[in-house]
Amino acid sequence: MNILVCIKQVPDMEASFVPNRGGTWFDETALSFRMNDYDEFAIEAAVRIKEQLGGTPEVTALSIGPGRVVEVIRKAMAMGCDRGVHLRDEEAASLDPWQIASMISGYASTGGFDLIFTGMQSVDRGSAQVGVLVAERLAIACVTTAVGFSYMAGRATVERELEGGAKVVVSCALPLLVTCQLGLNTPRYPTLPGILRAKKKEIVELSPGQAGMEKPLTRVSGFSHHVSRPSGVVLEGRLDELAGRVAAVLREKRDAIRRGGVR
Amino acid sequence: MKVLLVAEYRQGRLAESTSELLGFADALGGDVSMALVGSPDQLPGFDGRLHFADAGIYGEYDSELHKRLLLQAVEAETPDLIVFMHSSYGWDLAPRISAALGVALLSGVAGMDGDGFTTRCCNGKMRRTVTAMTSPAVLTLLPGAFPSVQPEGVSPELHPMAASGVPVVEFIRYEPPSTGGIDLTRSDVIVCAGRGVGSREKVGLVRALADALGGEVGATRPVVDAGWLEHGRQIGSTGQSVSPGLYVACGVSGAIQHLAGMKGSGFVIALNTDRDAPIVEVADLLVVADLEEFLPLLTAKLGS
Ligand SMILES: Cc1cc2nc3c(=O)[nH]c(=O)nc-3n(C[C@H](O)[C@H](O)[C@H](O)COP(=O)(O)OP(=O)(O)OC[C@H]3O[C@@H](n4cnc5c(N)ncnc54)[C@H](O)[C@@H]3O)c2cc1C
Repeated sequence: MNILVCIKQVPDMEASFVPNRGGTWFDETALSFRMNDYDEFAIEAAVRIKEQLGGTPEVTALSIGPGRVVEVIRKAMAMGCDRGVHLRDEEAASLDPWQIASMISGYASTGGFDLIFTGMQSVDRGSAQVGVLVAERLAIACVTTAVGFSYMAGRATVERELEGGAKVVVSCALPLLVTCQLGLNTPRYPTLPGILRAKKKEIVELSPGQAGMEKPLTRVSGFSHHVSRPSGVVLEGRLDELAGRVAAVLREKRDAIRRGGVR
Repeated sequence: MKVLLVAEYRQGRLAESTSELLGFADALGGDVSMALVGSPDQLPGFDGRLHFADAGIYGEYDSELHKRLLLQAVEAETPDLIVFMHSSYGWDLAPRISAALGVALLSGVAGMDGDGFTTRCCNGKMRRTVTAMTSPAVLTLLPGAFPSVQPEGVSPELHPMAASGVPVVEFIRYEPPSTGGIDLTRSDVIVCAGRGVGSREKVGLVRALADALGGEVGATRPVVDAGWLEHGRQIGSTGQSVSPGLYVACGVSGAIQHLAGMKGSGFVIALNTDRDAPIVEVADLLVVADLEEFLPLLTAKLGS
């Protein structure tokens, strides 16, 4: 069995974002990067099947981006993926979901993958498109927003999350692409032996052209702070002093609620 | 401008968000039609062409069948925009329509900006303006971004859609949400623990504040996923929707899916080290502080 996991490197969301020169995305200079939260669940799901099947499946971790994304590929390999594919593009941040999907499906169409896992979305773009687009382009089945996954004898059973925390349980034959939601499993931490092993594993580098990148279908003309100004009061300063002020506000609000006052 | 709205139906109910689709169409103007795989007993109040298939015949949602059905509506209408909600239905089906037609998809549209649309990104902190370079284009709308419009006393003109084929994905069953008997919807005071709390042990600091205020402890999704608090305490689009008089958000960034479950709260206080966290959008008071230091001080002051 061949398994592919698609992962993305994203900045820490606590960072303060500054638009790049073209005003289309953030400037990367001062940012620190890590693996997209959702993708950790995707890697864990893939590695668990490998373990369940006694190590026979080969798990490939693929990432698109500039040189830095090798860090997340190494992390995926430290978590148990066997090999890496780096679709190297220094300008990957300017690509749209269609282009990203064209490259992943271009690569995957040559690999004969039985199972593909992606995060349901990335925390920075949040488009939730790439996984489904890849599956449609490969003409394979796709189940999105997985919060439960099990595999047995050529079929997968997936719990798909719906609104309000409800779920629908579905079953599907492979080949299949699954987009992974937060909480699907408990992603493991890379161990030291795992990290050392990862250093020896192979990462194949491909260019966008080799992966069959297509033209964009969208154009970005603006990137700015969503909240330009806080709606309320901002308190900063010495913590003991702040604590006194905030306690007074809390007491007042709580007492008003107890009196049945206006909310 | 011709707009085809795609309404949702599941487990015997037409989604309430149908009114937001209509609100969007109203804001945009133009010729509006709709498509729905639903029940003839629950047709949307809408006075245009409704491309309709009976869910009683087609069964539970199957992406392949619904895609084929919808493509018929698209062919009949030749719309400029095909519009879904950004929901578990929309983000599953919209990319399939986009791929089938080879056209642009803009996800999570929250507004209009010239000939483009605005979408949120970076966990809701930033926004982008994105323009489709194809016609038609497919959109999914951010829930809550457009006003609800519910026309009354009107009914749609039905145009049947039909498709054949066996489902690719086999439906097994639905599972209702499980809250483990915890009901936060009645609480007047909720203190919510976000990932910024840092560890399972430090959730105790949040609980102490909740106790001092006589309130309940709530949680964001990552806190629940990490097992720091029970699932029944999760607040947001896939947890409970609450509207207490007082909501204290501790180390909560304020992602759209979290805000969806607490927007109706009265007074909102956010404690966060990041003064740009999107929670400021709904906070009446933002205290820029590290929780580990600040919570014990605050709880002590309340006790005295
Ligand atoms: C389909 C879908 C449904 C979802 N449903 C839900 C849902 O129902 N509920 C939900 O909550 N989420 C939901 N999410 C997840 C949501 O998108 C966010 O990932 C989540 O809400 C983030 O939780 P958080 O704010 O605790 O964590 P983060 O986003 O990681 O934020 C942590 C915050 O803590 C602050 N912080 C860090 N350290 C400190 C410190 N020492 N002191 C003070 N502040 C600190 C940071 O500045 C940051 O703002 C859903 C996502 C999807 C895709």
